Amino acid sequence: MKITEQEVRYVADLANLRLSAAEVARMTGELEAILSHMDKLNELDTMGVPPMSQVLYEAEETATLRADAPRPTLANADAMLNAPNAGAGFFKVPKVIER
Amino acid sequence: MIEIAKLTIDKVRRGLAAREFSAEELASEALAHAERENPKTNAYLHFCPERALAAARRADEKLSRGEDPGPLGGVPVAVKDVILTRGVRSTCGSKLLRNYIPPYDATAVARLEQAGGVILGKANCDEFAMGSSTENSAFGPVRNPVDPERVPGGSSGGSAAVVAQGTAVLALGSDTGGSIRQPAAFCGVVGVTPTYGRVSRYGLVAFASSLDHIGPFARTVADAASLLGAIAGRDPMDSTSAFAPVPDYAGMLDGPVRGLKAGLPKEYFAGLESESGDLIHRGVEVLKQLGVEVREISLPATDYAIPCYYIICTAEASSNLARYDGVRYTTRAAASETLIDMYRDTRGEGFGAECKRRIMLGTYVLSAGYYDAYYLKAQKVRTLIARDFAQAFGDVDAIVTPVSPFPAFRLGEKLDDPLQMYLSDIYTITGDLAGIPCMSVPCGKTAAGLPVGMQILTNHFQEPTMFQLAAAFERAGGFEVS
Repeated sequence: MKITEQEVRYVADLANLRLSAAEVARMTGELEAILSHMDKLNELDTMGVPPMSQVLYEAEETATLRADAPRPTLANADAMLNAPNAGAGFFKVPKVIER
Repeated sequence: MIEIAKLTIDKVRRGLAAREFSAEELASEALAHAERENPKTNAYLHFCPERALAAARRADEKLSRGEDPGPLGGVPVAVKDVILTRGVRSTCGSKLLRNYIPPYDATAVARLEQAGGVILGKANCDEFAMGSSTENSAFGPVRNPVDPERVPGGSSGGSAAVVAQGTAVLALGSDTGGSIRQPAAFCGVVGVTPTYGRVSRYGLVAFASSLDHIGPFARTVADAASLLGAIAGRDPMDSTSAFAPVPDYAGMLDGPVRGLKAGLPKEYFAGLESESGDLIHRGVEVLKQLGVEVREISLPATDYAIPCYYIICTAEASSNLARYDGVRYTTRAAASETLIDMYRDTRGEGFGAECKRRIMLGTYVLSAGYYDAYYLKAQKVRTLIARDFAQAFGDVDAIVTPVSPFPAFRLGEKLDDPLQMYLSDIYTITGDLAGIPCMSVPCGKTAAGLPVGMQILTNHFQEPTMFQLAAAFERAGGFEVS
């Protein structure tokens, strides 16, 4: 497998990650080496093997459901406490709609 | 003067009962001691004296009323900084969260304090728990207390270092692929990764949710068992937490080990550095002298564990780390004009190299056209790895292996080669993939004085057997084999 810088930039866009030109160059080599190692899994025949999508689950299917009753949630002021930019109880972000 | 560095839970309990010191005096001395010693290792990121003293006073009030201060009453503890503490900065070792003050406590933290524990401060770690050396912290690496030129292991390097250094009696860490056991081995302390779901992850900042665990560090098996007992159990806030009742781990340590069967998986001894290998074999001799029946076993899918693990953990990490976008709780890139640029600039400036690498790998393996080839394939291989263990536990009660192919390496030694760093996790990731309990116990030191760790693994929820073997090993002098 050969990873190109173009692919790295495409994946960085999917991940919403700004990478410098130097980072793209380094990442291309690193992903290439790591993904080649991951290709080792193709040696294994997994026909008919179910994916392990649940680690451990020993209880009834509905055991984790709670009563459908109102309960206090995080207060607005607490939720805003760490916001880099907040006002009037909202998170502020750069303008997303042109007027 | 209290000899802080040698305290155990039992010594604290007896000291408090005999009125040799109050919990408040102990907390003040422990904080002063830790602040004085910390520059040697950078193991603590920050301290929380107000919270520590308040917890200590609660223990003292109970004692003065003749009440039990709890199983961890007055005991100084450090908490890895990926585990949230209400009102106390929790950075996850990341520049993005350098100012983050959580509005709630992790369940493990709340339970630790309910049991009487006194949290002194937050322990340094690899950024978002991604790493094997604690060199990926945005706040500088941790130095191994045994040798400051070497890493303490990772990602819970700070938690292991404070316990080894004696600046806390206990510590909480987290383990996704070995992040408790490997630093415990490198620093010469006890580290436990319990069964998946045994300890609630509510308030543990998520890295790879199908693999993340919270677990204890301690200097003795008894202390690790007591801490696990205090934090384990069902939590409605974590739907993956187990319903199974929590046994009295610390009360069962004297259980007989004679006649127990332990398996040595041959795949775990092939690539082992020889000095570590010799010590592990001497440790196994100690188990044999205790009457444990040792036999060779095979876990054939072991060779596939590293690629399997790094596909699953990076895929889950890329999803979990999507939330750090500069909107709600991270720092934010200043100059971005559009929302999408703000996301990209914030994440590009904020994440360190290892987090970026894992986000990229995870996004790649989940992207259109690759999902079946990577993520789905890895999940199937994970089934094979879990089946290997299930089959082995049909024949043996426990599995004994090395923790790491080599002892603590030098700072910077593996930092430029991420694949080599990943390959060093070979003996620890399988336990996480299978979701079984596993722990590292000290097993002698190399000629250069570097600690080596022996790993004990048991079947799901068989922590009592694991602790019994570890405690018998400790009593028989196994920690100091040579």
